[in-house]
Formats: sequence, structure tokens, C-alpha cells
Amino acid sequence: MILNDHETMPREELRALQLERLQKLVARVYDKVPYYRGKMDEAGVKPEDIRVLEDIRHLPFTTKEDLRQNYPFGLFTVPMDDIVRLHASSGTTGKPTVVGYTKEDIKLWAGLMARSLSAAGVTSKDIIQNAYGYGLFTGGLGAHYGAEELGATVIPISGGQTKRQITIMRDFGSTVLLSTPSYAMNLAEVMIESGVDPAALPLRVGVFGAEPWSEGMRHDLEKRLRIKAIDIYGLSEIIGPGVAVECIEEQNGLHIFEDHFLPEIVDQNTFEPLPIGETGELVFTTLTKTAFPVIRYRTKDISRLNATPCSCGRTMLRMPKVSGRTDDMLIIRGVNVFPSQIEQVLMSIEGVEPHYLIIVDRQGAMDTMEVQVEVSENIFSDEIKDMVSITKHIQADIKDLIGSTCKITLVEPKTIKRSEGKAQRVIDKRKI
Amino acid sequence: MQVEQIAIFLENRAGRLAEITSTLAENGINIRALSLADTADFGILRLIVNDVDKASQILKDHGFTVGRTEVLVVEVPDQPGGLAGALSAINKARLNIEYMYAFSQRSGESGLIIFRFDDQEAAVKVFQEAGLRILNGEEVYAI
Repeated sequence: MILNDHETMPREELRALQLERLQKLVARVYDKVPYYRGKMDEAGVKPEDIRVLEDIRHLPFTTKEDLRQNYPFGLFTVPMDDIVRLHASSGTTGKPTVVGYTKEDIKLWAGLMARSLSAAGVTSKDIIQNAYGYGLFTGGLGAHYGAEELGATVIPISGGQTKRQITIMRDFGSTVLLSTPSYAMNLAEVMIESGVDPAALPLRVGVFGAEPWSEGMRHDLEKRLRIKAIDIYGLSEIIGPGVAVECIEEQNGLHIFEDHFLPEIVDQNTFEPLPIGETGELVFTTLTKTAFPVIRYRTKDISRLNATPCSCGRTMLRMPKVSGRTDDMLIIRGVNVFPSQIEQVLMSIEGVEPHYLIIVDRQGAMDTMEVQVEVSENIFSDEIKDMVSITKHIQADIKDLIGSTCKITLVEPKTIKRSEGKAQRVIDKRKI
Repeated sequence: MQVEQIAIFLENRAGRLAEITSTLAENGINIRALSLADTADFGILRLIVNDVDKASQILKDHGFTVGRTEVLVVEVPDQPGGLAGALSAINKARLNIEYMYAFSQRSGESGLIIFRFDDQEAAVKVFQEAGLRILNGEEVYAI
């Protein structure tokens, strides 16, 4: 269901709204944040230079590095008194990045998350099991506030405790699951093992995000859990979950809530803006956030924008499923590959389980890649030749993708660690 | 006519085979015959046991991937040429053996050969025509 009139705004009106908001934003950050002012002065651009939307290209980018340099609160535009919430990224690759919200920001975020759930077909009548992690991670609380805003019933169960999740899902009659796709897969597996039939549960929709996942994984989750699986996108630097979401009508690309987030696609090397339809790095400017607005934030996510009208009636641009962040991209013998692409190959082979691990290493000057795949009863045979033919099949399909031959190792069931939140799909020994 | 065999997927890791055999032992399963086919990376353990249902359930509960296959168990005289006779009959009928393994009986009078063919039914006919006895499940599980 469409929750907000803005979602169906004629494009021209939307662009006018975006320009008005952008101009206000740029003036405010120039005034309030010395770091932004410094960068704009350096680039020789003043707030009044933003006359049309396209003028955004004159503004400097913001990167994760900028956020780190201003750790923890350097880019906030309001005094700490006005900040009611802090979230932080995990900081696995350096200092964590901290984001702050005013009361209005929290309200805005709840509204956007409510819109997202509504687009996914969730209503106030639903019982939502929120298995995103609660805490510094934006997923848990972000989804929680949105679900309440929508008027649904929220079960704030957070991640983990898989058996308990299943008991509660059955006893409370959860109709909607919010989690990472890898955790949903873990839940599905444990459910079947413990004799709970997903078809007998009232669960009907899953809204999955916070990690890249393939179309193959979607089909598998939909089949196993008997649900519609919807992709949601967001990142803490922008606001958290609720930046873009698929509509249940088409499940084909995520509508970006453009009245609040201005998207751009830029060339991955030159950082020049690219026209609609071309693939490059996704860049967002937050148009309405107060405490911690970002200008032209480089997400490192590779995507493209799609302006084709959607049958759901939303006029907001769509972006296809993100196949991965450039940080996750593996370069194997000079070929770029995302783990989610390997996943797509595995999932397209009948009977192969959605549990895999990619191990990248270097022997001499050569990169090597090993893909571990669990042997389920579906692909197990008592004859060696059948097993070898499965590994050859996987190997050939991956070779089509990356151009070089990788090693396929068949492993016993459950040897690959199950996800409790964000799945670890890759071990890159070249970096250790 | 056919006998059920269980097959288990094994990674080439120390102690995996011992885990299977001790798991079966703890649950009172007796192994009648065994063969292990292996590659550099993994192995397939094939077992004939006294209780197929129980053994495969126990192994599944212990997290192993278990498959069940029908095999033929054929009695051949335990003397030079005993196996050769059976195989030449198969060869004449141009049947493909997927795999086979053998065990001899306590009496020492005959050996038992376990066969898996791409065409099991044709193999049954060939053995019968050659006058070789094919054991049924009850007989084998109770050995």
C-alpha cells in the first residue's frame, strides 16, 4: 500500500521539491559544519551556486574517510543537547562511524521505515518478528520504530536464539519476518529440522536486507518459508534501513525514497555523474535529515537507476538489487567478482544448498579461489562419478563467470558456520 | 531380491570414520560389510548393516549426509575362479558395474559379492541364468 502522497508525485513536482530541499540543506551545512564549509570553499562552490538539481555535481563528495576524520561527532549540525540517539557502524575496517539523530530525525526515519514495510505489503494488522540486531546497528531499532509507526505489532526479538525465534514465531503467530537473508535461511533450516512446517505457520512476508543476496537466494527463501521475500536497502551513514525498498507488486528493483534521499550514479573511476540507466557507484544526499546530513555520500554500492514506470504506481526511481559493496568485491586474477554472483551460480544448480564459503588465497603470483559447498541429500550419491560431476558442473559455471578455474570442495552438512546476522561468505587469506 | 545399502558422505578429515563406527556401535548397529571409495578430497562410505532404518536415522541425527541404494548381494563359491565365473557372465551380457565389494562368510564355503549396476534388473536375470544365488535383504542383514 502507498502510505505517503510523495511516493506517487509527478516527477517534475518531485524535482522541484528536491531542489528546494537541496538548496536549504547546502546552505545549512555550509553554515553549521566547518568541515563541509572547508571542503566547499576548497572546491570553489558556494550554496547559492546550486540553482538547478544538476548543480549538485559541483559539490564535493563525502566518503567514509571523511566520517572517520570527524569521529565521533564532528559532522553533526546540532548541539549534542538536540541529539536523542546515536548509532555506529561495526568498524571492522577501522574506526567505527557514528551517526546521530534528533527527535525529528527519528520520526522521519520511522515514517520512511513504515513506508518501506507498507510497500512490502505489511499492514497494521501484521505481527512483525523483528530479528534484526538491536543495538548500535541501525537495523533493529530502525525497523522497530517503523513497524510501530505503521501500527503493526512488533516482537522485538533481535537476532540469534534461533530455536526460541521459531517457538515464538509459531506461538505468537508472526506474519512478517524482518532479518538478514542469511539469518532467514538459518531459521528456515532449523525450523525444518525441528519438525516445524513453514507452510503451517501464518508467516507470509519477509523483509530482508543489510547484506547482499542473490535472486537465487530469494527464490529459495520464498520456497522454503512459503513467503514473499522483499529486499530493503539502507545504510547507517544515510539513515539506516528505509532508504529504498521493493514493492510487493513487482519485486523488481527497489524504489528509492527520493523525496528524502537524492540518488546519483557516478563513474567508479572518474566519479563523474552518469545518466540514468548506467551502472556505477551509488551516491546519496540526505535532503531532510537534521542532525547528521550527508552530501553526496559515496556508498561504494554498485547499482544503477531505472526510471521505467512501475505497476505499483510509485514514481520514485528504482535501483536493482545491489550485488555488493566495492569493499566486498573480490579481484581474482584481475577479474572483479562479488560473492553474491558466486551465490547466484550455486543457487541456480538444482539441489545445491545455500550454505557456502569462498576462500581466496595466493599461490606464488596466482590468486586461487576455493568454494566450499555443503553436501545435502539432494546432491549426494553413492557413486564417486556423480559427485565429481557436480563439482565439475559448479566449477564450469563459475569459470563462465570469472574466467578461471576454482577449486570446489564438498564438505559435510553444517560445517559452514550459520549466520546470526550478517553472514561471512569470504575468507581472503591474501589479506591476513 | 535387492538389499539396501547406506552410503555416507565423508570429508577427508581425521577421525570421521571412527566417529561413524563408534556412533553405530553405541546404538547396537552391526556392520555386515563395508567399502570406502575415496578421492583426494572426499570419500563415500558404503555399509551393509543389520538395521538400515535405524542406522540411517542415527547417522542423520549426527549430522551426516546419508543416502540409501539398492544393491545385489550374490553368493559365489569361495574357491579360485568363484568370482571370475560371476563376472564373465556379467561381461557377456555387457552390463556395467558401478562398483562392487566383497566379503567372505564364516563358513568359508562361499563369498558374498555386493554389486551396484546401472541396470540392476538385467543383472538379476544374468546371475539367475548363471545359476548364482542372490541373497535377499533378511538373509544379508541377519548374517
